[in-house]
Amino acid sequence: MSFYNVYEKLKDQPFSSLFDEVTARDVEKVLQKDSLTDQDYFTLLSPAAEGYIEEMAQKAHQLTVQHFGYTMQLFQPLYVSDYCVNTCKYCSFSVENVFPRRRLTMEEVEEEAQAISTKGIEQIIILSGESRVHSSVDYLTKIMKVLRKYFSSVGLEVQPMDLEDYEALVASGIDTLTVFQETYDEKIYRDLHTKGPKRFYKYRLDTPERGCQAGMRSVTIGALLGLEDWRKESYLTGLHGSYLQDKYLDAEIGVSFPRIQPNAGSFQPEIHVTDQNMVQAMLALRLFLPRAGIILSTRETPQLRDQLIPLGVTKMSAASSTEVGGYAQLENTQSQFEISDERSVKKIRQLLHEKGYQPVMKDWQIV
Amino acid sequence: MRDPLVIAGIELESRLFTGTGKFADHSVMRDAIEQSHSQVVTVAIRRVDLDGSGKHIVNDIPKQATLMPNTSGARTAEEAVRIARLGKASGMGNWVKIEVISDQKYLLPDNEETIKATKILVDEGFVVLAYMSPDLMAAKRMEEAGAAAIMPLGSPIGSNRGIRMKEMIRIMIDEIDVPIVVDAGIGKPSEAAEAMEMGSDAVLVNTAIATAKDPVAMAKAFDMAVRAGRMAYISGPGQSSFQAKASSPLTGFLTSTGGVNNEFL
Repeated sequence: MSFYNVYEKLKDQPFSSLFDEVTARDVEKVLQKDSLTDQDYFTLLSPAAEGYIEEMAQKAHQLTVQHFGYTMQLFQPLYVSDYCVNTCKYCSFSVENVFPRRRLTMEEVEEEAQAISTKGIEQIIILSGESRVHSSVDYLTKIMKVLRKYFSSVGLEVQPMDLEDYEALVASGIDTLTVFQETYDEKIYRDLHTKGPKRFYKYRLDTPERGCQAGMRSVTIGALLGLEDWRKESYLTGLHGSYLQDKYLDAEIGVSFPRIQPNAGSFQPEIHVTDQNMVQAMLALRLFLPRAGIILSTRETPQLRDQLIPLGVTKMSAASSTEVGGYAQLENTQSQFEISDERSVKKIRQLLHEKGYQPVMKDWQIV
Repeated sequence: MRDPLVIAGIELESRLFTGTGKFADHSVMRDAIEQSHSQVVTVAIRRVDLDGSGKHIVNDIPKQATLMPNTSGARTAEEAVRIARLGKASGMGNWVKIEVISDQKYLLPDNEETIKATKILVDEGFVVLAYMSPDLMAAKRMEEAGAAAIMPLGSPIGSNRGIRMKEMIRIMIDEIDVPIVVDAGIGKPSEAAEAMEMGSDAVLVNTAIATAKDPVAMAKAFDMAVRAGRMAYISGPGQSSFQAKASSPLTGFLTSTGGVNNEFL
């Protein structure tokens, strides 16, 4: 069994017309319920639910406070390498984009770690372009030896790996895994990923599951919104999260809602995902999976991020750099995508306090 | 009349334990704990800086309170043991609330792993308070392993659904010799009072105080409710009945002192 079996049953459904069939009455019924089915979740993603965004927001806020309190975890991404072997049409790191590539040495990792930790951040995610050679298990394990001195929780967002690789990385202290499916539509996926190992849809789809099997404490998934109908993508993402949550009780499942951002290529998303669309996706997920983490990145603008805080978000990045060596200003390199919120960690902490939230800098201790 | 709760030789005047995980900020938390008069305050070791820098939550806990670090985040006995040791090594004392939760969907505790962790930590000199899913035999095993108190959940953590496990907890109150502290699920002061009236030795409250509109006032309300519930328990509440019972019974003369002709007895 794999989530692919779930996907296969659903892939030929006429999503668009099914979403259009949902009525306001259907939405009202779902909003009365305490626990939602897959069908209820579908209902909340429909155009008919757009008239109930405020009701959904009130409920999402209440559920989030109940389960997570008035707290917000803060983290930062640490880009260690921009070497990549894939050709993703929408990503700056694509192997077809020509720019000087680099990978941090252990000394540079230490400089970056120091620069991040002076801001008070204790949770980070190691990111890289997708290259088994440049972001090998051996390289990542060495990085972990450096990072353990500075951080209480270290996550990973690199190329998908085999189970035994993840087991080795968990043993080194890495505790969270993030892997975005980009798009759940297998055909569009193949069109967007023209060369490289990332072409293998099913291997990527099963990656979060391998992370759970390897003992990652937390696994975050998501679709890159803008590549395909956001309602369908959000629905499949939520079902994927639910599948993982039910099958791997000891893994905390998180969901992120990244929207495509400007990059070094010429790719223009065909589908415009509005702020309201993203908010609806986030709220529907919170009502469907009340205990899931919801992660918000600096891709979004400060104005929007401020408003999203009480709507179900549990974890946000702050003062992120998406360049290799971007914190210690080691050398100017290519960013993976442009960030929209450049406020400092101090400012984000202050904002959270003003909104009545406690910034949580540490939520796990590597043991 | 004094009525202290004694755990591991320590006398506690307050039977309300408070949690710290969900407050909007530390100053509200400090004020709420002060108003709660809690003497036992639980703190997640995973959220505390263990490098001795003195930052974070511990400094904001009022001095009246005994710190009870918890192993929240642990998914196995082994992790709980390691977290407890980390807390002790960083100077957080030897009281520990064991939480082993592998189910991330409902956050229900894993009793088997909790028993294992209790055994190891009691042997190492910890005062162990064990958070658990209400189950008599599991509680007995925790007691045998040396737990200083058993902490059954009233309903799933953060649910504010009250004492849904009432019958199981009632049995545990009758059968377990160490103190029973109802932990998780209490959403209102009346539910805390209910737990105390049933005979629980104490209750632990976090979500209901931390997420209240006015956490400080709510903490005070819980303090009063717990005292009221305890007083009611000690006073011996009357029997409940589905039938109405007259307060001036007509057949009172048939009992004890009244009118029974016992010359033939």
